[in-house]
Amino acid sequence: MSNPYAKLPAWADYGLIPLINLIVAFIVAGLVVLLVGENPFRAAVILVEGAFGSGTGLAYTLYYATNFIFTGLAVAVAFHGGLFNIGGEGQAYIAGLGVGVVCLAFDHVLPWWLTFPIAILGAAAVGALWALIPAYLQAKRGSHIVITTIMFNFIAASAMVYMLVDVLKPRGSMAPQTRQFVEGAQLPKLGWFLSEFGLTVRPSAPLNLSFLLALLMAFFVWLLIWRTRLGYEIRTMGFSPKAARYAGISETRIIIVTMLISGALAGMMALNPIMGDQHNVSLDFVSGAGFVGIAVALMGRSHPAGIVPAAILFGMLYQGGAELAFEMPNISRDMIVIIQGLVILFAGALEHMFRPWVQAAFASLSPRTVGVAQPKGERA
Amino acid sequence: MEFVDALINILNSTIRVSVPLLLACLAGLYSERAGVFDIGLEGKMLAGAFAAGAAAAVFGSAWIGLIMAVFVSVGLALVHGFASITHRGNQIVSGVAINFIAAGSTIILGQAWFQQGGRTPSLPAEDRFGAIVLPFADALRDVPIIGQLYSGLLSGHTLLAYLAFLAVPFTWWVLFRTRFGLRLRAVGENPAAVDTAGISVSWLRYRAVICTGVLTGLAGCYMALSQNAGFVKDMTAGRGYIALAALIFAKWKPVPAMFACLLFGFLDALSIRLQGRPLAVFEWLPVVVAVLVLAGLMTIARWKPLRSIIAAVLVGIAAAWLVSVFYGGLTAAFQNSVLGAPIRVPVQLMQALPYILTVILLAGFIGKAIPPRAGGVPYVKER
Repeated sequence: MSNPYAKLPAWADYGLIPLINLIVAFIVAGLVVLLVGENPFRAAVILVEGAFGSGTGLAYTLYYATNFIFTGLAVAVAFHGGLFNIGGEGQAYIAGLGVGVVCLAFDHVLPWWLTFPIAILGAAAVGALWALIPAYLQAKRGSHIVITTIMFNFIAASAMVYMLVDVLKPRGSMAPQTRQFVEGAQLPKLGWFLSEFGLTVRPSAPLNLSFLLALLMAFFVWLLIWRTRLGYEIRTMGFSPKAARYAGISETRIIIVTMLISGALAGMMALNPIMGDQHNVSLDFVSGAGFVGIAVALMGRSHPAGIVPAAILFGMLYQGGAELAFEMPNISRDMIVIIQGLVILFAGALEHMFRPWVQAAFASLSPRTVGVAQPKGERA
Repeated sequence: MEFVDALINILNSTIRVSVPLLLACLAGLYSERAGVFDIGLEGKMLAGAFAAGAAAAVFGSAWIGLIMAVFVSVGLALVHGFASITHRGNQIVSGVAINFIAAGSTIILGQAWFQQGGRTPSLPAEDRFGAIVLPFADALRDVPIIGQLYSGLLSGHTLLAYLAFLAVPFTWWVLFRTRFGLRLRAVGENPAAVDTAGISVSWLRYRAVICTGVLTGLAGCYMALSQNAGFVKDMTAGRGYIALAALIFAKWKPVPAMFACLLFGFLDALSIRLQGRPLAVFEWLPVVVAVLVLAGLMTIARWKPLRSIIAAVLVGIAAAWLVSVFYGGLTAAFQNSVLGAPIRVPVQLMQALPYILTVILLAGFIGKAIPPRAGGVPYVKER
């Protein structure tokens, strides 16, 4: 199919257009704030101050960002293979089981630095397993992966309710959660690192070691997608399944491997809240992070260098949003859900909306930068 | 006669919980048959429910609530259309976006406008859609079985419930007996052919998307003004996705869609009735029977809609009878027996069953679900 859009310089393609989309999303969000009778500019100031104004705020921001880096990378890897993994939420949720079982088994026996790698494997394995069935069905049976992963989100939710209420809950306890882990399964906090820069961080601030793991994974994803043969095959698949088939790349293998990686990354998200912060497995600990990953991946254009800042932006919205709820009673953290939706809409579904205008602007500035100029009125 | 009462009771609640599923499912049918995938059913329902609850509370009229629900829902459907038809964006991404926008804004606006933690004010009975008692329902109440079925099961639902079930034959008629329906199906299979015939693909798809908006608005309105007395935050709770599952389960056909929604509704009603009590293995028999019967009915319904309705009534009565016998009679008998006591299957499995069944279907083990061919693909006019 012919590409109806003329070429723009790379910086406009990867910088300017996403920025415009993002700004429009935030303007619309500002209108919602206006609609509930608050001042959007004041809200923005409170938001940013709450997220970055104090060491503790920053620690919380990065803690939330950790979740979103994992889930964002998960969605991005699948995107590269032309797959839409909407099941990050379920994969992360069920991976809590993997982490939980490892922690419950080893927290009395091993120190945290031995439990952690086992827990990483547990999380990744369970997350990958949960992605394997939809992947297999897509690859072998042609069932649409979007639908199957949505279904698996719900199946995961039911399964976790059962596990936590009927299996993992300690006897005599009312709350549907596992027992508290002891030190052998508690990750060290990273608040001290921020304190080095003269920021004051409350010891309860949940930023922990899994943040570094998330950054490491971002690097690995970059390495995988752009520097390995497998990554090349994944991108070829995503770009053109026909070309991939013609080049002798096994479609089945790539779909399954891509989804396994994606599921494993989503699964690792469970480490952050479970081992890093609350030290137990509780109901609904993912709380939407899997879905935020979609917005993060779209905003970061599926590149780790874009995903990490996008995740931090959403971490800021989460943390700042909590502060905002104190200052402006009409605005709760659910504002983030709207912003998330708007970002997905403008950066994802409507990503080409402003392109013709930008192209026109570029063409009027310097016709050469736009490449082959299309005749007026020809654009489809 | 206890069985019959229990049976009618559970079938009655099956119908009640099936209505929003059915409306949403038919909504998805119009859109997906026209080649526009819509996983934003959930969001549109939710927004519709909020609009209905809010408008009915402010204006004190269920009808204004209904109009606002449809209005808001169609608005969101048009956003989806704008993104996926006009701008050829990714339809899945757009649907996800709409779900989030609806989930967030209903809570924020609800809190800002009504200050009740995201709820809309509780509505008095006269501002909601009341139950319609069919003629002679009271007189026939004491006639065994037929009278009970008539007055206990068919009578006493609200306007929207009857509308939902009437929408099934209507949708069938529109899709398979009108020019609009023919073109709508064609545009979902081969838009280029429709274009060649000189019909606007975009306008046709927009009309399909508007139909979706109207029906999801009705679904939301039913939830807020018939099932409940106002909007409660996140009240759709995944029903939009169940409707989507039902649509796939029904292979994008209206009459099977009804059975699929009734099946999923039945599972929902049963799990509500059990209130979290795990079922013994043998107690699963009625569930299995219901699943098999309704799945069988859906295959019948694929060929001859009229014959299937007759078959549905007959098999439905038989199966329901079986269900009630198992349910009422055997529960007591087996309560302490070997079969009944030791192995308990969690009720969560029943809640997950619609999703599991859909996955099994998608895997091609219960016949193949083949979506409209042009579904999810934006149409680009070649020049």
